Amino acid sequence: MKPAVIVFPASNCDRDAAVAIEKICGVKPQMVWHGDSTLPELDLIVIPGGFSFGDYLRCGAMAARSPVMREVVERANRGTPVLGICNGFQVLAEAGLLPGVLMMNADLKFVCRDVQLRVESSQSLFTNRYEAGETITIPVAHHEGNYFADEATLDELEQSGRVAFRYVNGNPNGSQRDIAGIFNEARNVLGMMPHPERMIEPALGGSDGAKMFESLVASL
Amino acid sequence: MKARVHVTLKSGVLDPQGRAIQHTLSSLGFAGVDDVRQGKYLELDLAETDRAAAEKSVRDMCEKLLANTVIENYSIDLVE
Repeated sequence: MKPAVIVFPASNCDRDAAVAIEKICGVKPQMVWHGDSTLPELDLIVIPGGFSFGDYLRCGAMAARSPVMREVVERANRGTPVLGICNGFQVLAEAGLLPGVLMMNADLKFVCRDVQLRVESSQSLFTNRYEAGETITIPVAHHEGNYFADEATLDELEQSGRVAFRYVNGNPNGSQRDIAGIFNEARNVLGMMPHPERMIEPALGGSDGAKMFESLVASL
Repeated sequence: MKARVHVTLKSGVLDPQGRAIQHTLSSLGFAGVDDVRQGKYLELDLAETDRAAAEKSVRDMCEKLLANTVIENYSIDLVE
């Protein structure tokens, strides 16, 4: 496996992602600075959580236009798996790799707690170690996680089985159709607001997030 | 030349901040405010002196960065 974690100014979950990858996948990921315009040979790119560029203008807007993202978009379009977590999801949406946008939480509050998710699809590089329909517990920590897309896009996501995770037993941010994570059309890009890298062992409160990295180990 | 750019949420997109502002206005006694929509205002100082070229360039900036056209509209006002 040849993973990399992209680091933007004010990314703050980059090291958590690196620890999860190293612990579960057994490989230390390369940490790639946002100003780099070339990427080494990779088979997994993680866009981590945080507040890239201080969330200026819109969450993820600046990061999505940084030099490294041009290369990430190109790799993603050629099939390289890309996982965007929290701010990473916002960046992927702003970069046009995923449809829709993450808006401010409907109740205007920053939400930081464990939430329950239903795994909607186990047919992907990222979720094959989960059972479709199973409920897992993963933490969220965000102010802008309110997924919005027009009705036609939402219908298309549902019909093509591209909703990866949905909030159950309470929607923490007002996202449309309780969407917590989505795939791109080719299913090699996943964006999700919850943080699987923060739930990889019992000492962290649970290990439901570990299966995502185990899925990647099994696929790559 | 200056460009004044307004970025506003499209109609139909929920604006919880606007709603909170409306609520606070009403609790301050300002009656009759039916709706509030919050947006952004940007002022750009441009080196360009040709109006048409400036407009084209700012439009491009809006499409590529200043607005997210999934949820936002923009309007451009050029002043000498």
